[in-house]
Amino acid sequence: MKNYALIVILVLSLMACSEDSDDNPSLEVAPTLTFTHNWDGSLVTNADFNAIQYTNTNGEQLSIERLRYVISDIVFTNSNNETIELDVYNLVDLTNANNLSFTPETTIPSGTYTVSFTFGLDNEDNSDNYLDLNSESFNVPDMLGGGYHYMQFDGKFTNSSMVEQGFNYHVIRAVDNPGANPTFPQDTFFTVNLGSVTVTQGSVIEVRMNIAEWFKNPNAWDLNTLNQMLMPNSAAQIMMNQNGQNVFSLGAVTEVIDN
Amino acid sequence: MTLLCLNCSNDDGGYEPVPKPLDIPQLFLENIIAPVIPNDNPQTVEGVALGKRLFFDKILSSNGTQACASCHSPQNAFTDNTPTSDGVDGIFGSRNSMPLFNLAWNYNERFAWDGKELSLERQALEPVQNPVELHSNWENVVERLQNHPEYSELFRLAFKTNTITKELTTKAIAQFERTLISANSKFDRYSLGQASLTSQELNGLDVFLREDKGDCFHCHGNPNNPLWTDNDFHNNGLDTTFSDLGLGGVTGDPNDNGKFRSPSLRNLAFTAPYMHDGRFTTLDEVINHYSEGLQNSLTIDPLMKQINQGGVQISNQDKADLKAFLLTLSDPSFINNPAFQN
Repeated sequence: MKNYALIVILVLSLMACSEDSDDNPSLEVAPTLTFTHNWDGSLVTNADFNAIQYTNTNGEQLSIERLRYVISDIVFTNSNNETIELDVYNLVDLTNANNLSFTPETTIPSGTYTVSFTFGLDNEDNSDNYLDLNSESFNVPDMLGGGYHYMQFDGKFTNSSMVEQGFNYHVIRAVDNPGANPTFPQDTFFTVNLGSVTVTQGSVIEVRMNIAEWFKNPNAWDLNTLNQMLMPNSAAQIMMNQNGQNVFSLGAVTEVIDN
Repeated sequence: MTLLCLNCSNDDGGYEPVPKPLDIPQLFLENIIAPVIPNDNPQTVEGVALGKRLFFDKILSSNGTQACASCHSPQNAFTDNTPTSDGVDGIFGSRNSMPLFNLAWNYNERFAWDGKELSLERQALEPVQNPVELHSNWENVVERLQNHPEYSELFRLAFKTNTITKELTTKAIAQFERTLISANSKFDRYSLGQASLTSQELNGLDVFLREDKGDCFHCHGNPNNPLWTDNDFHNNGLDTTFSDLGLGGVTGDPNDNGKFRSPSLRNLAFTAPYMHDGRFTTLDEVINHYSEGLQNSLTIDPLMKQINQGGVQISNQDKADLKAFLLTLSDPSFINNPAFQN
């Protein structure tokens, strides 16, 4: 990942060299991931931003003003439990509608796979220097462990005094003892398993984020108490990690035919 | 054969301007993506030289009294020292003149406080004809340049044509502006291991980066982003109602009202007064604004903290330390660079 170039780690490097490969060689394909967003099923685009129109599980009404996050390390696992890992990352930026479609340059053999990816960056990847993420000012300060945000989700909510107030649901690696020697109580990146997908030429795999889930399960998020300055709050970060487990799901898998 | 000969007679003897790639600082190479250079306006020695001459030449103004440099002075990091600037007719505009440096790294290419200018080339068109700036018109400017004893040849050297246009004029100015690179502050040298910061400056950096203190980094970058700006648009809590809509005046979207582009924090020692309207005379006033002076409004950025208390409420010591850190981002070698002087 150091050069932003795609490096394929082929755990089983000779998948295409199975016994019948001469008769039925697997087609090399480059699947596309698209990222869509919804609030409990209602589509959310940046055109829906800036209006207080969503209600979270805790009953607070809120708006979305900024949403961007990193996904990385896309893994394809076949029925023999053989895996192909694409050591890539993508900054999904719903605010500016950037990178909502992502096609890694590396091809994989067509077939049926369980598809997964990492939300955020694992600790090894998070220690690298990414020029594009730096240019987006997506960094986490060194005293909080450095590396990068996993997600920046900003908006406003109507607080208990019926006043609009900002919130910054920023997901990073949970950290204690901010300073020269921070400690890390628990990893907060996590694996998203999309389930089984048949990948063919031109496959487009929709990844759905239900934004409401960040506030829902297992922690009914109380924005009146957890709204800003959450980066140095390791307990909040661990709660975000818990709530994130059900945020993503597999959407439609379609095939785009090149003419 | 006749056509071939005609073609030969129209060319410039194979002359090509000399390419002059930007001298990209080590910190930029190591930390941020490449600068934006338009394919139709590559940097050349002759283009930059022409752009520099035009930038300092009062021939662009209606009455020959002002140049670009009148409001964008090298000793002020290419801004001026007044809240707003007066044009050739002595009339003041409504915005603070923006400093000019590291412009090629504005990746979205939205320039000016409100983002209305979508490239450096297009930006340079506007002040020439703005009634409260150079108050000229391009037809007259081009005519004056064309009749000038030297410019025709300078344009030929830069663009291989003696026919001067406003587009070529602004291309040359943009080439010069892209060379205005600032990357030699004390903090830059600290980042390169060539200088040390005092304990006060280091604590100021800590205040800058801490989400529960200054939380400046979300909009103004960090040591891994040597631009010290996100070049994005924010309502930073200056007013409850807006006499200047900022980005909203450009997009027409009320959600953008009161949003202005984050300026870089480089060279603050030379760029007072501050904010889009130059309302703050000193850095202390700026810091006090974020600490206690935030004003709520519908479009205030959620990144502004503790608005109900007026801001993040940092201590006087932290304010002093933050100011000390901010001043380490100033780069005297930039304002004294001979290549940038008239």
